[in-house]
Amino acid sequence: MTGRLVWENLKHRPMLTLFSVLLMGIPVTLILALVGLTQGLLQDSQRRQQGTGADIIIRASTASGVVSFSSATIPEKVAAKIEEQPHVKLAVGVLNHSIDPPLVITGVDLARFDRMSGGFVYKKGGPFKSPDDMLIDEAYAAQTHKTVGDTVTLLNHAWHVAGIIEPGKLARIAVQLGVLQDLDAATGKIGQIYVKVDDAANIDAVVKELDALETGYKINTLEEYVAMWTPSKISGVKEFTVVIMVLGVVIGFLVVGLSMYMSVLQRTREIGILKSLGASKGFILTIIEVEAMLLGVGGTVLGIVMSFGACWLVRTLVPASIPMIVVQSWWPIAGLITLLGAGLGALYPGLNAARQDPIEALAYE
Amino acid sequence: MSDGPIIETRDLRKVYRVGKVDVQALRGVDLTVAAGEFLSIVGPSGSGKSTLFHIIGGLTPPTGGQVRVAGQDLASMTDSDRTRLRKRTVGFVFQKFNLLPNLTARHNIAVARFISGNTGPLDAQFEEVLQSLGVAQRLDHKPAALSGGEQQRIAIARAIVNHPAILLADEPTGNLDSENSKAVLEVLRDLNERLGQTILMITHNPEAAAYGHRMVQMRDGKII
Repeated sequence: MTGRLVWENLKHRPMLTLFSVLLMGIPVTLILALVGLTQGLLQDSQRRQQGTGADIIIRASTASGVVSFSSATIPEKVAAKIEEQPHVKLAVGVLNHSIDPPLVITGVDLARFDRMSGGFVYKKGGPFKSPDDMLIDEAYAAQTHKTVGDTVTLLNHAWHVAGIIEPGKLARIAVQLGVLQDLDAATGKIGQIYVKVDDAANIDAVVKELDALETGYKINTLEEYVAMWTPSKISGVKEFTVVIMVLGVVIGFLVVGLSMYMSVLQRTREIGILKSLGASKGFILTIIEVEAMLLGVGGTVLGIVMSFGACWLVRTLVPASIPMIVVQSWWPIAGLITLLGAGLGALYPGLNAARQDPIEALAYE
Repeated sequence: MSDGPIIETRDLRKVYRVGKVDVQALRGVDLTVAAGEFLSIVGPSGSGKSTLFHIIGGLTPPTGGQVRVAGQDLASMTDSDRTRLRKRTVGFVFQKFNLLPNLTARHNIAVARFISGNTGPLDAQFEEVLQSLGVAQRLDHKPAALSGGEQQRIAIARAIVNHPAILLADEPTGNLDSENSKAVLEVLRDLNERLGQTILMITHNPEAAAYGHRMVQMRDGKII
């Protein structure tokens, strides 16, 4: 019966109900979009690192966060020296230049990288033929509406798109290492080195060997490196997520508080009727709270649906810059945040309704 | 009509605070109502009859005096106790019907049963009452689709669905035309005669008051 009372109440004021559900859905979408954006970026980066085929990564000592790319401070000859170490099959130095974060141009020795990774998969065109040639992945091509033969101006330099590659290996935008070094005034320098060992069983041994060289560089297995790519390691993301979650609770609280306050005011006489029938304060409060919870559930469902819309929109507009995903594991969290806000928001109007004097309520016009 | 009193008030007083002024709504009411009695209370506006109705129905506590309803001392009751009294001992019929507008007639009756903790099927006696009220075919309509007379008969059905000891009716014909008024009053008299339902009815209308076994008059917060 409580359910019927609540349902009929919600049906009786459809616009207010829909408006409340919509407003409560917005923070759910915001939370899910933020998480989807962060985790999408991280997963995409992890996949591209794993796609290199390397076993070990060596970064400059100045490399700070996992997402920030090390500057060109490693002499190229270090890669050559590392390649001389026992069990090291290949050491490929690359240089990254940030263009429009999180996008970077990666300078790479294509022949050596192909040996390590098995090579890019070309969807259109092919490898570098001239110094100004550039390879872009499908996501960047879709985002910028570029195809083979087009010109892309980056770093104040006109590049010729030579090939469109399948995403998932090292870079979205790749140019020849030497050309990027010249443009960066970093001739002979690289930012990081990917190392391939002869046998996976020797990875740890090689890491120890490289540590023993006391180069001062950061040396990690690729597995360790990829594991570092968590939202908590990205500066500010954790705090921003908390802020959005708090915002979700506050918005839920305000929306439901206002909606239920109006609803209780409109239903003063009905509350009086229920009290005349012997409804307890607890019963009245329960009705208001259940109503708020239903609004919260509606808001959560709508928020999830809208997050799919947001994800589609982002992936259509900027697939390369923001490879957003839908993170289903956050649905219950977003739902709990919304229900918490709704439950708290309904408390004051609910208690007000429960405390109403039945005679005054029955006399309410 | 049984002889034992089901309502008994002695020197019942009620003072309302309106702004900074104390208003004496009841100034020492002595009233005894026997179980099974149909009592009409008449009096002009402001005579205190509604206040008496509210106190006996457990909607508000008295300020002084004694009041016993179905053996329970209302003067010493807490708010929760009065809620329980409304749930089980009294049933209300109001001038404005006071049906829940979002629910059908059937669910208006069901909600009263649910609140009283009664969730089983309707008993045969109540089914019979529904038939006699002439609203059995109108139960799936919401109040807005019912006439005033039908709404009041649904309100009566809701008021007695939990078999209360006392049915309190506050101007039950106040919003009805003469034909519907007569029908509602006949229903009340029938409930009293057939089921022995104790009824306390407040009215302005002398014709309506005549349906009761007895009539008491109130003026200035007293029974005269």
